[in-house]
Amino acid sequence: MGFVNVKKQEVLVKLVYYGPGRGGKTTNLDYINNKFKERIKTDMVSIKTHGDRTLFFDFLPVDIGKIKGFDIKIQLYTVPGQVKYNATRKLVLKGVDGLVFVADSQVEMREKNISSFNQMKENLVSMNKDITKIPLVLQYNKIDLGEQGVPLLGFDTMEADLNSELKVPSFEASAVTGYNVVNTLKKAISLTMVSFKQELL
Amino acid sequence: MYGVTQEQLDKIDELIVSDLIGVGVHSVIVVDVAGNVIAEHDNGTTNIEVHAFAALAAGNFAAVDAMAQLVGEQEFSLHFHKGEDESIHFSKINDDILLITVFGNDVSLGFLRLKTAEVIDKIKEMWQTTEY
Repeated sequence: MGFVNVKKQEVLVKLVYYGPGRGGKTTNLDYINNKFKERIKTDMVSIKTHGDRTLFFDFLPVDIGKIKGFDIKIQLYTVPGQVKYNATRKLVLKGVDGLVFVADSQVEMREKNISSFNQMKENLVSMNKDITKIPLVLQYNKIDLGEQGVPLLGFDTMEADLNSELKVPSFEASAVTGYNVVNTLKKAISLTMVSFKQELL
Repeated sequence: MYGVTQEQLDKIDELIVSDLIGVGVHSVIVVDVAGNVIAEHDNGTTNIEVHAFAALAAGNFAAVDAMAQLVGEQEFSLHFHKGEDESIHFSKINDDILLITVFGNDVSLGFLRLKTAEVIDKIKEMWQTTEY
């Protein structure tokens, strides 16, 4: 549920990065935080375990400018990826306006990507949201590992696994180097803004 | 997606300033359960990063609600965190909206609870969430 504040002339939008553990969700936000420092007035909030894994969520607010006089504030969240934290993932998904699913391109992560994706669908259903209606972008992360000889699933396989029915925009990316991190975000924002417009009309 | 009318926001602002900031509360933030800031006021002495605060507050409230259910309660409708100089009091306005106050040692918890309950009753009277 995006929030339109007529008094402050602002629109608040909640984008959530979802995906399996150690897939690079927090790294996406870290990159955005460094890249757009001048637009981000606040420090990124991270609630982590001692082992540096996301325990609750990361939060990063980004101002993207004005549309028809309204300030658009995009609030980026990540969920904790570890399987055992599904209750927390559901809490973070509350009121979500748009989603980025960060999948891990490594061959050995194939099943984890699929099960995380299926759980995301179930979680959305449990909050009466339809995955075919919510703005969603897929990101196939860690393609930089291919250069180091790590076996990767490849774009076509990942599309077949995750995107055969939905056919939403998808990007190969590397959150560590920044490749396609901003393009993923831009696409997610534009899809979400279009969906807002449709809701308002 | 939802919105609140200008008139409703003005009324909430008036209530917060007169009934809470007016009695010594340092800062008041109204947030929804998704972590969006609906209204914010302070007495000029605090400098809280409200958007991060709202995200954490909504997350905290949701986590404590989940704990409530584990012990067989429907919800804990108010939460209070005591600090040395600043304390935080959370209460629910309705299922979607939370009222958070930050206050110092000069305001007693009992008095604050009384005032927040009054404000919540008044907001509830006029509040209508408009679903688009």
